[in-house]
Amino acid sequence: MTGSVAAGHASTAAVMTTLQAVGVQRAAWLLLAFPLAGAVILLLGGKRTNAWGHLVGVAMPVAAFCYGVLAFIAMLGYPASSRDRDLTMFTWIDVGRFHVNMGLLLDPLSICFVLLITGVGSLIHIFAVGYMAEDPERRRFFGYMNLFLAAMLLLVLADNYLALYAGWEGVGLASYLLIGFWQYKPAAATAAKKAFIANRVGDAGLSLAIMLMFATFGSVSFTGVFGAVGGAGHGTVTAIGLLLLLGACGKSAQLPLQSWLLDAMEGPTPVSALIHAATMVTAGVYLIVRSSPIFNLSSDARLAVTIVGAATLLFGAIIGCAKDDIKKALAGSTMSQIGYMMLAAGLGPAGYAFAIAQLLAHGFFKAGLFLGAGSVKHEMNDEVDMRRFGGLRAIMPITSITFFFGYLAIIGIPPFSGFFTKDSIIDAAFGKGGTSGFILGCVTVLGAAITAFYMSRVMCMTFIGERRWEADAHPHEAPPVMTAPMIVLAAGSIGAGAFLILGDRLADFLAPVAGIGKPTAFHGIWSVAGLVTLALVLIGISIAWAMYGRREVPVTAPAGRFVTVAARKDLYGDAINESVLMRPGQWLTRLSVYFDNRGVDGVVNTLAATMGGTSGRLRRLQTGFVRSYALSMLVGAVLLVGALLLVKI
Amino acid sequence: MVSPAHYVALAVVLFVIGAIGVLVRRNAIVIFMCVELMLNAVNLAFVAFARLHGNLDGQVIAFFVMVVAASEVVVGLAILTSIFRTRKSASVDDANLLKY
Repeated sequence: MTGSVAAGHASTAAVMTTLQAVGVQRAAWLLLAFPLAGAVILLLGGKRTNAWGHLVGVAMPVAAFCYGVLAFIAMLGYPASSRDRDLTMFTWIDVGRFHVNMGLLLDPLSICFVLLITGVGSLIHIFAVGYMAEDPERRRFFGYMNLFLAAMLLLVLADNYLALYAGWEGVGLASYLLIGFWQYKPAAATAAKKAFIANRVGDAGLSLAIMLMFATFGSVSFTGVFGAVGGAGHGTVTAIGLLLLLGACGKSAQLPLQSWLLDAMEGPTPVSALIHAATMVTAGVYLIVRSSPIFNLSSDARLAVTIVGAATLLFGAIIGCAKDDIKKALAGSTMSQIGYMMLAAGLGPAGYAFAIAQLLAHGFFKAGLFLGAGSVKHEMNDEVDMRRFGGLRAIMPITSITFFFGYLAIIGIPPFSGFFTKDSIIDAAFGKGGTSGFILGCVTVLGAAITAFYMSRVMCMTFIGERRWEADAHPHEAPPVMTAPMIVLAAGSIGAGAFLILGDRLADFLAPVAGIGKPTAFHGIWSVAGLVTLALVLIGISIAWAMYGRREVPVTAPAGRFVTVAARKDLYGDAINESVLMRPGQWLTRLSVYFDNRGVDGVVNTLAATMGGTSGRLRRLQTGFVRSYALSMLVGAVLLVGALLLVKI
Repeated sequence: MVSPAHYVALAVVLFVIGAIGVLVRRNAIVIFMCVELMLNAVNLAFVAFARLHGNLDGQVIAFFVMVVAASEVVVGLAILTSIFRTRKSASVDDANLLKY
């Protein structure tokens, strides 16, 4: 059985002690400087840089990755208890009690993210050189991508919440610019707006959390907040946790702010791979794991995180089952996998390490899947409807094989990545104990089964079976600049999970980070839950193969039953947003406009009209006749004399 | 007997007649004459009060008033003549350009 994993309360250091960065890590600002310089050169350089722009755009992430590896190696040289290194670049805000530095924190958690962002980012940039080769705006694309990398790196490296927020906003901006990259397409422009607005709601939560932190603790730096959080009231800590969760929901497309992710597929595929699969959408999970000292103190906030994760897990999986657009199916999958990560993060110290492991592995296999989808789309004249694919396995062998490995990883077939990471989460969920643990565990197992179904559906519809291509489609294998990154990512999909989970490698690496601690013994990969999951996964694969692999796939989508129709409409997410938020908002606006016109304008206009009317009547006194002026003088004189007489008498 | 009070009463009557004339008459020259009437009424009142108080202050002021009246007539008639030359009309009702 899954061994009693008590809500692992190993000694989680809530107080953060950081040392000054020394040696190689003193140059950690290079991690931000490289991509930022790339963005500046490409965006301000303009059309002059068109010829070599993409080379700069690729060189910068690669340079950042090289430095990241150096910093990582330096970190491994330090003893495990002193790996938190802080580098203060400059003082950002210094007003009264409010003191914020722009500083970087290199600790095991942030270095994992740095390697993921720069590594997978470099591969995707290389892919984009080939993917965007025919696009005249390729230079601008790389400028925005580098801007995104700079902001994302600031987000994960910041040593205080305000600098994190600056990076948070930066990635939101980059996401907007990149989703709407082909801004002449109305669908893309609308999708970009939608993503930004949904993110903004989450950002409001994060900014309120930061304000609450400053009001309660007087500081927004990690060391300050985590040191003081032990003495705060339970309500305050829970409020901060829930507000952070709201911020995370916006950025990671979790319920209730999930509606933007599927529309975000309007952007170019490298954008979908980098931002909406591997990195930006994982920023929410990073925020929660980083704020672990806060969440450790509030079981209510943790419960909310697990509920959000579990609900989104199923939500995304159900949506993914009915989408015919390959990118949207993968987007539903992303939503679901991040639900897994959130669920694990909400389990407290028992799950933080597994959430990060799933995050890293997901970065590999999801990016690989998206690049594969991009390769297919590129070769099929930008067609994304899977009903027009089919039989591509023979034409595009490298793409098929790398996609296949990513597929095996995501559905959790041993010994590929997803198996280890997902089973760890399932095990930790059951290990929570009680009814909540059982329900969460069942949800994760069910999610795994549905994942197997819809991913197998994607595989069957795209790569095997009859060719249902359009008449003008002449696909062939993608060029090496596009297949090489896919191969590297496939290698990651194969090995990352085993590397991170077996031997507790990642758990031990992350344990010293403030608040994370060690998940107590779980070693239950071959537990009952794991075997049940595997069985359900195989059943899911066989159902999908029976429906889509053996039978003919209709070219036009057949009218589905209620669940299919609901899933095609994103489980009415947009409809709910519209009726609950948008229409009342419009009524409110119209009401305000009405009041403004009738009320405010009415008062002002009435006042003006009164003035005008009165003055119009008064001006009739100016008759122009000398005698009437003389009369007024006489009357005035008489009054004066009368007054004087009265006074005298 | 005829006391200074009667003179003051006469002055008041003359003043009122002059004031009404200024307000009612349209011809500018007649208005000037009414103004002269008012000034003379005031002169009469001053002299009567001088007699009443037994000193000559009132009579001295009467002289001043006469000088002022004379100069005022000079200026006023000059203006009136100039207006008459341009407008060919001596009615003050015609000079109403400051009407709203």
